Amino acid sequence: MSNGAIIEIRQLVKTYMAGRVPVPALRGVDLTVEPGDFVSIIGPSGSGKSTLFHIIGGLTPPTSGHVRVAGQDMVTMTDGDRTRMRRRTIGFVFQKFNLLPNLTARDNIAVARFLGGFDHKPDPQFEEILRLLGVEQRLDHKPSALSGGEQQRIAIARAVVNHPAILLADEPTGNLDSGNSNAVLEILRGLNQRTGQTILMITHNPEAASYGHRIVEMRDGRIV
Amino acid sequence: MTSKIVLENLKHRPMRSLLSILLIAVPVTLILCLIGLSTGLLEDGKTRSRGIGADLMIRGSTSGSVASFSATSIPEALVARLEQQPHVQMAIGVVVHPFEVVLNVMGVDLDQFNRMSGGFTYLAGGPLRRPYDVLIDEYFAAQKHLKAGDTYRMLNHDWRITGIIAGGKLSRIVVKKEVLQELDAATNKVTFIYVKCDRPSQADEVKAQLQSLLPGYPIYTMEEVTSMFSVNNVQGLSQFIAVIVGIGVIIGFAVVCLSMYMAVLQRTREIGILKSLGASNGFILGMILSEALMMALGGTALGILLSYGATWLIHVFAPAALPMAIVKTWWPIAGGVTMVGAALGALYPGLAAARHDPIEALAYE
Repeated sequence: MSNGAIIEIRQLVKTYMAGRVPVPALRGVDLTVEPGDFVSIIGPSGSGKSTLFHIIGGLTPPTSGHVRVAGQDMVTMTDGDRTRMRRRTIGFVFQKFNLLPNLTARDNIAVARFLGGFDHKPDPQFEEILRLLGVEQRLDHKPSALSGGEQQRIAIARAVVNHPAILLADEPTGNLDSGNSNAVLEILRGLNQRTGQTILMITHNPEAASYGHRIVEMRDGRIV
Repeated sequence: MTSKIVLENLKHRPMRSLLSILLIAVPVTLILCLIGLSTGLLEDGKTRSRGIGADLMIRGSTSGSVASFSATSIPEALVARLEQQPHVQMAIGVVVHPFEVVLNVMGVDLDQFNRMSGGFTYLAGGPLRRPYDVLIDEYFAAQKHLKAGDTYRMLNHDWRITGIIAGGKLSRIVVKKEVLQELDAATNKVTFIYVKCDRPSQADEVKAQLQSLLPGYPIYTMEEVTSMFSVNNVQGLSQFIAVIVGIGVIIGFAVVCLSMYMAVLQRTREIGILKSLGASNGFILGMILSEALMMALGGTALGILLSYGATWLIHVFAPAALPMAIVKTWWPIAGGVTMVGAALGALYPGLAAARHDPIEALAYE
């Protein structure tokens, strides 16, 4: 086990209950991610990719095993601890963009900053990221007035506004055409290269997976 | 930022927000109208009592509270006897006949009343002359669309309106005392006796003196009479107000609970998004409560506006029967009642939203 790893997972098990029936989602996952890594996770539906993301992102607790994310033990964390962790340590990018529909792009980003406990001071590094994303002119529009590619760029901006240790991207190109997919993948690669952002990306697309430094394949709740 | 999210949520579904605010406004209007009517009626009674110019009032031995009706049971001979008492400048007997809801016809000897009160101000026409002459005040004239010289059917008789008087003295409808005594089969009987002292400062002294002269007859100074025109002295009114306030809380609760429950269902995914960004359960609950309280605030403001509308309508259609007042001191109370109802109503949907599992919420379509 690497001492400098930002994610250390050993024998992670997650079992959901469907009524009274236990449904194993992860059956002993081992994974180590170093800071600055860009890891692509591939695998068929039901292989446990999303569950792994949800545990690393603090959306659900593990059933057993050892999970440390950014130096924090996810196994002993309370709900409140995981909530606090999501504010600054983790940034999420979803397949369906998941912007708040009632707010402008600017306010969607501001909400994340507000929840992260940051004030309204300008952040030069974030301004540079906005330029990199190419969405400065679209910030005052609501999601319904933005294209899919623009919405995903705003979602990326929102995910990184608090400079999280880890960016989790769950099928970030799943709802985009090839042009926008390439643009989003380039943005993720740019973020990783320019700012050293650690990125874990779930994808079904081998071409998209190739953007990562390494590819991890999952099947039946295990890394193969 | 929370207020911005709340405002944008309200703006995002304007029809839901406006309907909720309108429904919340209804109990606010109800409460304010009820209080406005009670206060208006009591204030009107006070003003008209003060306008008589008397210092004391004597009621029949069987009468209840000052705001209740009583029989015409006082022997009129007492009036002359009272006038012989020390420090009594004059006394007049008045006959009261209930007419329609909250209105009275009062029978007086106009000359005596003029001496005591300084007389009516005639806006049209002149004083009573013939037996079935009647004076009506400006509000009753407006409500019934009557003018001096018209004939008005009342108490199963045709009455000639000889004058329109300014409101604020004695009664809205004034006739000759003898005619009302005859109609009520109460010859030589009166309902009240009003007494004017040599000096108003002697009212308490004269009251004590008359109480020993007329044991069993309730005697009040006019200060006492006017102070008794209050919500607490009208039997059942304060309880009725409490019931209406309770209904206000229940309506506010039900409207907000339904509205926010629907809103939480519609926003399940958004709640999941906020949770993924690190929103705590307290933040989600606070957001739902803030939205409900903002609607309650809007409902209160609209309710106040609607109460002005209701007052205007009542002034147009029933200025005599329902003298309604705007009681600003009840605005914060009505607002508070609404806020309590809204907060209670938002609690269940708010807690339900706060307890949403973020993964399930994010997967919600």
